[in-house]
Amino acid sequence: MSLKTKSHHAVAVVLNEKLVGKQRANKCILFTKSRLLTMLLLYITVIACASFYIYNLMEADNMEKRREFLASMCDQRARMLQDQFSVSINHVHALAILVSTFHLYKNPSAIDQETFAQYTANTAFERPLMSGVAYAHRVLHSNREKFEQQQGWTIKTMSRDPSPVKDEYAPVIFSQETVSYIESIDMMSGEEDRENILRARATESPYKISGYLGGAFDVESLVENLLGQLAGKQAVVVNVYDVTNSSDPLIMYGPQHPDGDMSLLHVSMLDFGDPFRKHEMRCRYLQNPPTPWMAINSSIGFFVICLLGGYIFYGAGIHIVKIEEDFREMQELKVLAEAADVAKSQFLATVSHEIRTPMNGVLGMLAMLLDTDLDSNQRGYAQTAQACGRALIQLINEVLDRAKIEAGKLELDEVPFELRSVLDDVLALFSAKSRDKGIELAVFVSDKVPEVLVGDPGRFRQVITNLVGNSVKFTEHGHIFVQVHLGENVKPVMGAKAEQCMKRESEAMEVISGKSPFNTLSGYEAADDRNCWKNFKLLVANEKLQFDHLGTNDETSNTVSLVVSVEDTGIGIPEHAQERVFTPFMQADSSTSRNFGGTGIGLSISQCLVELMGGHINFISRPNIGSTFAFTASLQRCERSALNDLKRPLSEPLPTGFKGMKATVVDGKPVRGIVTRYHLERLGIQVDLVSTIKVAFSAVSGLNGCSRSGIGKQPDVILIEKDSWILNEGFVVPERLMDLKQSGRMVEHPKMILLATSITNVENIKAKATGFSDIIVKPLRASMVAACLQQVLGIGSRSRQGREFPNGSAYLSSILCGKHILVVDDNRVNRIVAAGALKKFGAIVECAESGRAALDKLQLPHKFAACFMDIQMPEMDGFEATRLIRQMEHKANEQMKNGGSVGKPEFHMPILAMTADVFQATYQECLKCGMDGYVSKPFEEENLYQAVAKFFEPKPVSSELSEAKFCSLSG
Amino acid sequence: MNVEQLKSRFKGHYDFMVAEKFLDEQFSQLQQLQDESTPDFAFEVVSLFFEDCQKIFHDLDRALEQPMVDFKTVDNNVHTLKGSSSSIGAARVTHVCIAFRSFCDEHNLEGCLRSMQELKRETALVKNQFEILFKLEQQLLAAGGSITLPVKPSPQSNDHPWFM
Repeated sequence: MSLKTKSHHAVAVVLNEKLVGKQRANKCILFTKSRLLTMLLLYITVIACASFYIYNLMEADNMEKRREFLASMCDQRARMLQDQFSVSINHVHALAILVSTFHLYKNPSAIDQETFAQYTANTAFERPLMSGVAYAHRVLHSNREKFEQQQGWTIKTMSRDPSPVKDEYAPVIFSQETVSYIESIDMMSGEEDRENILRARATESPYKISGYLGGAFDVESLVENLLGQLAGKQAVVVNVYDVTNSSDPLIMYGPQHPDGDMSLLHVSMLDFGDPFRKHEMRCRYLQNPPTPWMAINSSIGFFVICLLGGYIFYGAGIHIVKIEEDFREMQELKVLAEAADVAKSQFLATVSHEIRTPMNGVLGMLAMLLDTDLDSNQRGYAQTAQACGRALIQLINEVLDRAKIEAGKLELDEVPFELRSVLDDVLALFSAKSRDKGIELAVFVSDKVPEVLVGDPGRFRQVITNLVGNSVKFTEHGHIFVQVHLGENVKPVMGAKAEQCMKRESEAMEVISGKSPFNTLSGYEAADDRNCWKNFKLLVANEKLQFDHLGTNDETSNTVSLVVSVEDTGIGIPEHAQERVFTPFMQADSSTSRNFGGTGIGLSISQCLVELMGGHINFISRPNIGSTFAFTASLQRCERSALNDLKRPLSEPLPTGFKGMKATVVDGKPVRGIVTRYHLERLGIQVDLVSTIKVAFSAVSGLNGCSRSGIGKQPDVILIEKDSWILNEGFVVPERLMDLKQSGRMVEHPKMILLATSITNVENIKAKATGFSDIIVKPLRASMVAACLQQVLGIGSRSRQGREFPNGSAYLSSILCGKHILVVDDNRVNRIVAAGALKKFGAIVECAESGRAALDKLQLPHKFAACFMDIQMPEMDGFEATRLIRQMEHKANEQMKNGGSVGKPEFHMPILAMTADVFQATYQECLKCGMDGYVSKPFEEENLYQAVAKFFEPKPVSSELSEAKFCSLSG
Repeated sequence: MNVEQLKSRFKGHYDFMVAEKFLDEQFSQLQQLQDESTPDFAFEVVSLFFEDCQKIFHDLDRALEQPMVDFKTVDNNVHTLKGSSSSIGAARVTHVCIAFRSFCDEHNLEGCLRSMQELKRETALVKNQFEILFKLEQQLLAAGGSITLPVKPSPQSNDHPWFM
């Protein structure tokens, strides 16, 4: 227990460490949910900024383009205006030259108003910017009168009044029609015009000047005209300003309060050739800039794409985080589950230990009971109880082993065992149940299967127990039939089977005409035809044939492949459940466990075990007809000689007193007959199988002339199946026998035994009255049949009678009295108690405190008859001490051999371990280091009795007892 | 007080100890071991046990006080104690020892210290009970009675009082 627990703890510790490591690793991981969210938000902010930046960039680019476009438009307009202006000015110059030529230098003037008007009107297209031109003549005051007379009007001022007296005047004499209203008006009277005149005159010598040619610029309409000719006039608002006074620009053209896009303005300078005046053109877009869809779309597209990308990453991150969380959670759960598993194992270990202890008592008591004088039935019951007890202990061990199977740590034993007795044990286990239910339970092992095989009997038994247990559970009527055949023999027959199955229907018809509908063990239909009579006969015959001819050949191959089938006529497995029959904890349906109990783990364990044994398991099942489970297993052949070397017999040997006897079995069902024959043949009895009582007695009475056996010997016993007795001419039997006896043709008539699956009291009395010596209640087992035959025939007297003990204490006293025994234990209290217990039985006890002290005391030669050794001791433990003692003895023995004193017995002092835990591992360790046995602490008489009995009796005192102990130890 | 009264008191106390799991059948087996030659066998063994206990407790206390507890030493001591206690049938002490050892296996210092306390308490309790029991026994013997301990309740095992 401590060993086991330790390993479990170790596992748990390792796991914890792993977990801690993982957690540490997890802490290093970048991603957590909140961190991911932060990252996502950060990322969104960044891409928002980026897309805004892109938008700005594109917007700026747009603005720049717009600005450039505006500038170019504005400049273009300004240039055109200026060009037009220059053209006009040039023409004005030309006009001035015209006037001077034809008016001033000709006398009389060649031009009059009419001519001038016509000419100027015709040439107006040359001066697109001017609304009209006029010529003002320079008139000095001295010449005013003369001039006024000459012209016929007086000089007027701008306000149309006669001009006041001035030094000089500049009245308009010629004017274009468009400005004819200024004729006779003195241009010098207008402030602005006067300044223009003076500025113009400053460029020339004042004395040469005789007149001025002036034009009126109609900027507004002209610019309108001009710009109207240009494309995109709607798009651009143009203002022309006179900015001579820069603080108060004078608007010359364009709306006073221009609307439109105020954000963008382009200014182009205009030069109208007037050095004293500055003009400029200001352009702006009429419309606000169009919404920059391109930029918006691009940036939004960029944002959305990046957002999606980011979200995908975020999603992946979240997924990873989630998976990691799940993983962590799973790991925690795993640790919990493993802890639970450890707890479960500990629980199982504890509970099984608790059960084992009292079970040992039960087994011991049964063993004692078996040593008393019992009749055959009582003996059978006691043996059954004992077998059941052993099986229970075994099952507890199996529960423990389940964990091992799950961990894949199960290893199979390789020990010789007798297959037939294993099967008998299994049968015994279920005999009570099958009797209660009235089911035929039978086992048949082919002759071909060797008596002794090497393998793991426990596991083999476990599988068969499980299968038979299931069958018993689910079968209410009919039979359960366990068969063991050799693998190589089954195959050819199975090949032939296919053909036979074709004929099955017709055969069944034939059979129905007989007594029972199906020729199986009990007459009920079985799921698999494999076991129907024809096949069975073929199989048996085949084996016999091979046995005769190839017997020697087979000895060469060392591996024996067995096919074991367990056939029942139970409820079968529903088709939908057949797939998961081997899944742990699965039963056909939920009602199964309610109705029949069980955990559903048996078949899965069986499957594991069968696979470990190198075979496979399968089944055929038909609902309401039955199931047949079959598995194969590879076992080793065992040399008989090797078996003989074994100290203890594998199982209780069958009595041999029946060899050469003869029996007749009366059974209407051949399969069942063969099973009976099988058991009898195991006892060495020659068997005749007949189908009816009539035939049997005709053979007995010799009416047939000769008996079948050919030897002519009368059968010693006739076994009659109950069915044959009741259905046939049953009650005639005794009379016939009486006849025989009376007629003196037989010295002693054969004993009659009734075979019955179940029997009522009435039938029992009837049978006795009819002349049956005994009744054997099935299932048949060789040992049981033997016991019955012994009682009936009065042979093979009880071998144990001389060996009974009134009780264990007396026996112990008798064997321990006067013997020197060494008790080795470091624990004072334990030592004293052990010594006290041994002293009670008259032993002379010495004690040693440690392994070393024991060694000192055990220097050869010594007086001790046995040594009880504690295992766990400081300094030198029990194993070590035992090894050293054995070494010492070995040396002494060698010396003795060399010394020639062969006759002396070898030194081998029985050393028995004392320990508190009863594990197989401990037990094996004990044996390994040379100990002979094992006593559990604290001392119990039972234990002591079993352990000591082996060494102080020349022969095993009671094989059953040591067997029982072995069973309890082998856990 | 006459013999019968003493006997019933003795038996009553013994039953109480068994019912409270201070003792199990092992003690009755111990009683069986004493005969004329060793009349005080059980008493001697139990005394030895308590002597050992003192020593082991001392060792255990010292071991558990170490900064680095050597669980191996502790385990060994507890193992010894477990063996002794199960030999005299002091079932409760044995149980505490089992728990103690599992804590040792786990290297669970806290559990060990707790078990240590429990162990001391249980030992003191059982010692007290034993003292009463032996006092009653002496009185009974002095009054001329004899000790018969009920070994097993079931009638079957009366034939084989030792069988489990």
